[in-house]
Amino acid sequence: MKKWKLSLVMIAVVLLFVAGPALAGTLDEVKARGYIKAGVNGGVFGFSMPDDKGVWKGLDVDTARAIAAAVFGDADKVQFTALTAVQRLPALQSKEIDVLCRNTTATLTRETTNGLNFTQVNYYDGQGFLVPKKLGVKSAKELGGATVCVLPGTTTELNAADFFRANGLQWKPVVIEQTAELNKAFFAGRCDCLTSDVSQLAAQRSVSPRPQDYIILPEVISKEPLAPVVRHGDDQWYDIVKWAVFALIEAEELGISSQNVDKMKNSTNPQVQRFLGTSPGMGKALGLNEAWAYNIIKQVGNYGEIFERNVGVNTPLGLERGLNDLWTRGGLMYAHPIR
Amino acid sequence: MGNAAAQKVPFWLDPKKRGIVFQIGTVCMVGLLAYYLISNVLINLEKQSIATGWGFLTKESSFEVGESLISYSSADTYARALLVGALNTLKVSFIGIVITVILGTVVGIARLSTNWLVSRLAKGYIEVMQDIPVLLQLFFWYAVFYETFPSPRQALNPITGVFLCNRGVAFAVPAAHPAHAYMLAALVVGLVLAFFLRRWAKKRQDRTGQSFPVFRVSAGMVVGFPLLAWLAFGAPTAMDVPKLVGFNFTGGLTLSPEFFALLMGLVLYTGAFVAEVVRAGIQSVSRGQQEAAMSIGLRPSQVLNLVILPQALRVIIPPLTSQMLNLTKNSSLAVAIGFPDFVSVANTTINQTGQSIEGVALIMAVYLFFSLSTSAFMNWYNKRVKLVER
Repeated sequence: MKKWKLSLVMIAVVLLFVAGPALAGTLDEVKARGYIKAGVNGGVFGFSMPDDKGVWKGLDVDTARAIAAAVFGDADKVQFTALTAVQRLPALQSKEIDVLCRNTTATLTRETTNGLNFTQVNYYDGQGFLVPKKLGVKSAKELGGATVCVLPGTTTELNAADFFRANGLQWKPVVIEQTAELNKAFFAGRCDCLTSDVSQLAAQRSVSPRPQDYIILPEVISKEPLAPVVRHGDDQWYDIVKWAVFALIEAEELGISSQNVDKMKNSTNPQVQRFLGTSPGMGKALGLNEAWAYNIIKQVGNYGEIFERNVGVNTPLGLERGLNDLWTRGGLMYAHPIR
Repeated sequence: MGNAAAQKVPFWLDPKKRGIVFQIGTVCMVGLLAYYLISNVLINLEKQSIATGWGFLTKESSFEVGESLISYSSADTYARALLVGALNTLKVSFIGIVITVILGTVVGIARLSTNWLVSRLAKGYIEVMQDIPVLLQLFFWYAVFYETFPSPRQALNPITGVFLCNRGVAFAVPAAHPAHAYMLAALVVGLVLAFFLRRWAKKRQDRTGQSFPVFRVSAGMVVGFPLLAWLAFGAPTAMDVPKLVGFNFTGGLTLSPEFFALLMGLVLYTGAFVAEVVRAGIQSVSRGQQEAAMSIGLRPSQVLNLVILPQALRVIIPPLTSQMLNLTKNSSLAVAIGFPDFVSVANTTINQTGQSIEGVALIMAVYLFFSLSTSAFMNWYNKRVKLVER
């Protein structure tokens, strides 16, 4: 595992050494290659995980598929690479991948010193704590002296340190890089609590041996806006990824879904016409086919469909829309005008 | 005439001068290549607006490290976090090497035992451990720890003052007392005296032929002096016993499952190789040496110490050094089971600051430093034990 990671960093370093000035933009490279290389988590049910047939499923996976649909008109033209938290940023920096859709929190440092750009948020999350019920803990403030399992190289790791420091509590982190190994250790009792984004905690609990034995504590100790990431310095590619996510949100607001998208093509609503490319201009501006948004919705669905399919109340995760509902219903999902 | 002929040879036909030209050329090429690579890196980093430089070392790390030999909190700097990691690597490597050498020596000798069972057991251990990748062994020992031991509230208490649970092994240590400093001083005095006693005894034996029971007297001093200091302070026996407070044990000394699993994995794996090294070393001493030593009336311990070991060591030491280096380097696998060694802390640093190049350079520098130090020490020792030809 470690060799893997180290070699990845080494490759990143070597690539930084040998990579000459990039002449072609990411869009041209992607088109010449014929598929998009997307970095994903690989271990979070509902966000990105291969199913029992080896097909990638999840909210982050569908986001990457939406980008492929916009670029190629074919949502399947994505190659997924599973990355650990530590590997993900070097992988993007060194051009191993074109876009990172891996529940990554947008922060100032990552946008500046790491040389990355966060596009539109595809999931608003917050950090919480998962504990066994038999521990009898009702609040995160009671976790003084606890051993806490946490992934390295994450904002989670820093938030946890801040939280315990601010509340004057002692704690001991157990830091394991592979999500699977970390969860195994937690569910076997190595730690008193597991801390991560609430959505991830729900995901890990849903695939644990005895989900009913664990509770997520009420405190949410941080803001975790999770967004697809691209490299600095390629505005065209940044725009494409950002507007692909906006298209998912906008479609839900306009009432366009994968079911009715063909019928909506006959709509007289100018907003819908611009969106679906029946009145042209938007696709060309992005450097894409005019049917870019139509392809996204036809093949992947709108944001609401993606949410309900992967993490919604009818899935094992059972997450409410909450902050991730449309702004018209009190959530934060708010697409900029497509015009 | 020879001189005149040499002067007439043009420099490109003079192998010596030609050699110098080639060497200068090679150095220039390497220098140019390095310059090209480094400037290219800087340009590329600049283009991607990734930060460079060592400024991050003095910034606040804001992450916590699980275990540390020195005081550390998330309010300390990255430099201190990295120091914590380096000390953790040093701790596991040092303890690991000591135990590995002892274990390897015992198993290596056992492998040569005339007792069928002992030698077969040693062989079985060597074959099994050598053939299983060390990473798997680490996962195994780690899983054994957290899967088999109970939670802290149901901790096993096999003997008074020792607690076994899935959070590690907690055991009682003597409570802090002023006597400890004096006991340490007494130990140092004992060691120094033992050193001079050995030199004196050797000189006397060279001069007069009389031997002196150096080992027994030295052992008496090294153990006896601290014991006397302890008695002089009224023999304090207060113990700092671990207590279950809240979720975990506090007080006493706790070895984490991560440390324990890493140590177990490294020691058992490397120990098998060391055992083979020791066996080879002993077998390299011809049987006649032993017979000759016995025939002049040396006791078995003298045969081993004066005849066999001095000759075996010169065969053992070089490969043993490389096994020690292997153990140190393999300790970086700690990252897989969550022991905060240098690589683990450096990885987190790389990820939080985004400065991979500096981070990887630091990792390389630290391991190079550890390895070169180990080599230097072992080379010095090797010089001491090699056969002095007269």
